[in-house]
Order: sequence, then C-alpha cells, then structure tokens
Amino acid sequence: MIRLAIALLGLVALAVVPLFASEYELGLLIGMATYVALASAWALFSGQTNYISLATVAFYGTGAYTVAVLNESLPYPAVLLCAALIGAGMALLVGLSTLRLSGIYFVIFTFGLAELVRQLITWYEVSITGTLGRYIFLDLTARDIYWQMLALAAVAIGLTAWINRTRLGLALRAIGDDEVVAAHSGIHLARTKLIAFTLSATLITLVGAVASPRWVYVEPLIVFNPTVSFLTVIMALLGGANRLWGPLVGAIPLFLLFEWLSVNFPDTYPIFLGLLFIAVVFVLPNGVLAGLDDLRARFGRRGK
Amino acid sequence: MTTLVLGLVLGGTYALLALGLTLQYGIARIMNLAYGEVTLLAAFGLVFLFQTAGLPPLVAIILIAPAGYLTGWLLYTFMMRPLVQRATGKPGKLEVDSILATFGLLFVLQGIMLVLFGANFTSISYLDQGVNVLGVSVALNRLIAFAICLVAGLGLIVLLNWSRWGLILRAVALTPGSAPLVGIDVNKVSRQGFALGTALAAVGGASIAMYQTFSANDGVIFTMKALIIVIMGGVGNVAGALAAGFALGLVETFVATTFDPGLTLAATFAIFLAVLIWRPQGLFGRRS
Repeated sequence: MIRLAIALLGLVALAVVPLFASEYELGLLIGMATYVALASAWALFSGQTNYISLATVAFYGTGAYTVAVLNESLPYPAVLLCAALIGAGMALLVGLSTLRLSGIYFVIFTFGLAELVRQLITWYEVSITGTLGRYIFLDLTARDIYWQMLALAAVAIGLTAWINRTRLGLALRAIGDDEVVAAHSGIHLARTKLIAFTLSATLITLVGAVASPRWVYVEPLIVFNPTVSFLTVIMALLGGANRLWGPLVGAIPLFLLFEWLSVNFPDTYPIFLGLLFIAVVFVLPNGVLAGLDDLRARFGRRGK
Repeated sequence: MTTLVLGLVLGGTYALLALGLTLQYGIARIMNLAYGEVTLLAAFGLVFLFQTAGLPPLVAIILIAPAGYLTGWLLYTFMMRPLVQRATGKPGKLEVDSILATFGLLFVLQGIMLVLFGANFTSISYLDQGVNVLGVSVALNRLIAFAICLVAGLGLIVLLNWSRWGLILRAVALTPGSAPLVGIDVNKVSRQGFALGTALAAVGGASIAMYQTFSANDGVIFTMKALIIVIMGGVGNVAGALAAGFALGLVETFVATTFDPGLTLAATFAIFLAVLIWRPQGLFGRRS
C-alpha cells in the first residue's frame, strides 16, 4: 500500500514538472518517458519469459507511421485506436506463427521484422501512392505529448505490476524458468505467450504513435531506426528485465548517456553503445537491481 | 532462363553464407546475429585491398579467408568462451546470452564500418564483361563468385563427410555431451567450428563484393537470409543449407524480375513463414 502511494506521488510530481521546465528540459523529459515506456513494455513480455524480442522498432515505427497516414482523416483518439489495433494485429500474426515453436524462431523473426515492415512501406509508398514521406500536423503541444507519454509509461509499469500478481504472471515466470515444467503443470504455453506479447507490442505501438507528432515529417528511414530496438533492450537489461522497476532504472541513465553521446560523438556513438551492451551482458547479466541485492546479501552476511 | 542462371549464381553465395552460419550454430551453439556484419567487413576488406593496394580480388580472397578464420578464433576465445562457461548446466542460457552479446557486437561492427567507410553504397568494377552461359549473358565476376562458392561449399561437404576432422566436428554437433567421452576436446572443436564459420562468412562477403553493390547498413539483411536458409535446410544440415540457398536465390531473382526488387525481403519472409508453419524442422530435416 505504501509502495503504491509512493508510486502515485511520484507520478503526480512528474506530471507537474513540465509547468516549470524549459523547452529543452521538456524534450529530455519526453525522451525519458518514451524510453521508460518502451523498456517497461518490452520487459512485460521478454523480461519474464526470456523470449528476446528484437522488433521494438517494428511496432514503434508502425505506430508512428499510422499517425502519419491517418492524422488528417480521423480525430486523434481514433487514430490512436487504429494504431493500437494494427500493432495488436501484427503481434498476433508474429506470435501465432512463431510462439508455438522454440524461442529461437521468435528471435529470428523479430530480428528481421523491422527491416521487412520498412521495406514493405517504402515499396508501397513509392510504387502505389507515389510519395515517400508524410507530414503530421496535429494541434498538440510538447506538454500534451509528455503527459500522454507519462500516462503510457505508468500504464506499462502498472500493467506489469498487475500481471505479476495474476495467474498470467505466474505462468509467464514459469515459462521463463523452464518451459517443459510449465507445460507439465498445465500452462497453455502458446496462449500465455501470445497474450503477453500482444499486450507488450500494442503498448510499444502506442508509444510510437504518441511520439510521432514531435517529428512533424515522417518517412520509413526515420521511424524504423534500429537504434530504438537496441536501446530498449539494453535499458531493460541494465536495470533488470525481470524486475518491475528494472526497465525504469536502466532507461533514465542510459537515455541521458545516449543524448550526451549522440551530441558529442555523432559518428562513433553506436560503437560505444555496442561495447556498453556487451559489457552489460558480461558483467551484469541480471541487471543493476539484482546486482545490488547480491551486494546487500553479501554485506549483510559479513555483518553477522 | 535468365532468372534461372542469375538465381543460381545468387543462390551460391547465399548457400555459402548459410553454411558458415550453420557451422557456428550447429557446432559452437552460438547464435551469431553479427554474422552479416562480419560478411560486410570482408566485403569492405576486398574493396579496400583492390582499390588502395591494387590487389586483384582473387588474390585478396586468399588473404581474407584466413583472416576470417583468425577473427572467428579470437571472437570465440575472448567473447563467446566466457559465455559458454557461464552457461554450463543451465539449458537455454547460452542461447539467450549469445543472442544478446552478438546483438551488441552487431552495433559495434556496424558503427566501425560506418566510421571507416561511410553509409554510401560501394561497388567495384572487376571483370564485368559478359559471358554467354546457356544463351544468357552473365558477367564474368558473377561466374567467378559462383565458382568460389561452389568450391568452398563442396570442399566443406567433402571435409565434413570424409575426413577425421570432419567426423570430430560432426560428433560435437550431434552430441556435445558425449563427445568428451571419446577424447574430443569440445572447447577446441567449438572454437574451430566457429572460426571455420567466420571464414566462410568472409569468403561469402568477399565474393559478394565482386559483383554486387552493398552498404554498411546491409548486415541485418544478410544475417536474416542466412538464418532463414539454415532453418529451411534444417539446422546443422549442410546439404540442406546448400539446396535451400539455391532455392532462395532463385525465388528472390524471380520476385525481383517479375514483381519488384523492393519486395525481395518480403519474399524471403514469406518463405520463412511457410517453412515455420508447414515444416519447422526444415525442408530436409527429420522430425525429432
């Protein structure tokens, strides 16, 4: 109960911050909220089950592109609803064809998915509609976007917390531990994975849709940037992908680091990020939070 | 007819790439997502040797293949081996760890290539006069690339099936748990398998550079195609990978000529989907 109160207080505080923030700081806040939402939504499925999804940007870009296509013909809430439906549909398609099989097929499929969607949209725009690149004109201020993104991040974390307490969460953890055991204890493997993956992918699609008005001009090369998939995975891993607050703990420092690197080393930053990623896999395979717990346990024992 | 010949030539390169990947995954149990980046590195290496050192590509390949072996050897020793050790006794752990580690490696290699060579499309013109093959005019460089792939691929099949080293490699691929019982050093063999796979990736990349334009951003596509061929052929199945490679080359050339070159990756994915739904153990694999 106290934890919930603290979380809600934090959320209120974060919601008030933009009233005092400068334009630049507001941009940073939006970026942080975006990546907290992405990493948390990613961990909702991949963190629990160990099914690594490398397709974050496929859904994120689809969300952004849906807004770009529909923003002039439908009211904004309807556009978001369409984006969510398209994201869910894509996730169902991917999930139905791969999640019945061993995890490696899922990883491979998601690995190429962003490139596939990008090429399909490019092909469609070039050869059928004849235009590549679209404009988004929506009457939304940066603050509106921030509040929406904050709400999405809160939903992602809240949903994870809620699922963790339900039978679905228990089933997901069982699958992450040992799929054979999970199947023998009566868990419907494919259905459980499919539900969690679809929820996670729908949230990611919505993040892309909400973030898109910031770009104004959208084309496939911009919105399907593989760095997004990459950052999402490393953020969730750094904090601890199977912890509720892990993605948040990883996302905030890494987003600031990424901002700093991409401004100061515009050409070489992918190398640094890649090395950092490898370092995280080697040194902190279970994330910072688990590492802290280990340290605490060790010092606690020494104290006694 | 044109589609058939060009498709077979393209398929030869794909088959070679897939062979390397199936060695790495089948023997060393490393799912290498940075495979396409290694391929591209070799392709850029060939262009560099050709343009600055004036080395003819055929000579350059002789240098690039051992360099690939060495690179794979070093990668396995310093990057994969600790992961393998950490994962002993935990099924599935190595797979997740190797996917994540090579995903990071992908960005490192891609970043290095973008800094060194830029994001532009690169190609060289080398022996591009046409040669008549069965009534179709094919550039000589394509034919040479095809011959290289054929020699390397068939050489590998002979090596795996009829030499003692090949027997050991196959033993580790089949049952890594029992191989030590007959005196096989699994760590050493895994390293060799990984290095051999990297060398094949390098040869494949070098032969791509001889006839195709490519850019530093193409790695994911090469990895994806190689992975799909491996799955189509059945993991660890060398003959299956060869056949599936040719099949993919044919389909891709067909789609590019009759529909649109922008749809080739979609065609690849469509095949992948069909295989997953119809025969997930591979077209030539046995049901387990």
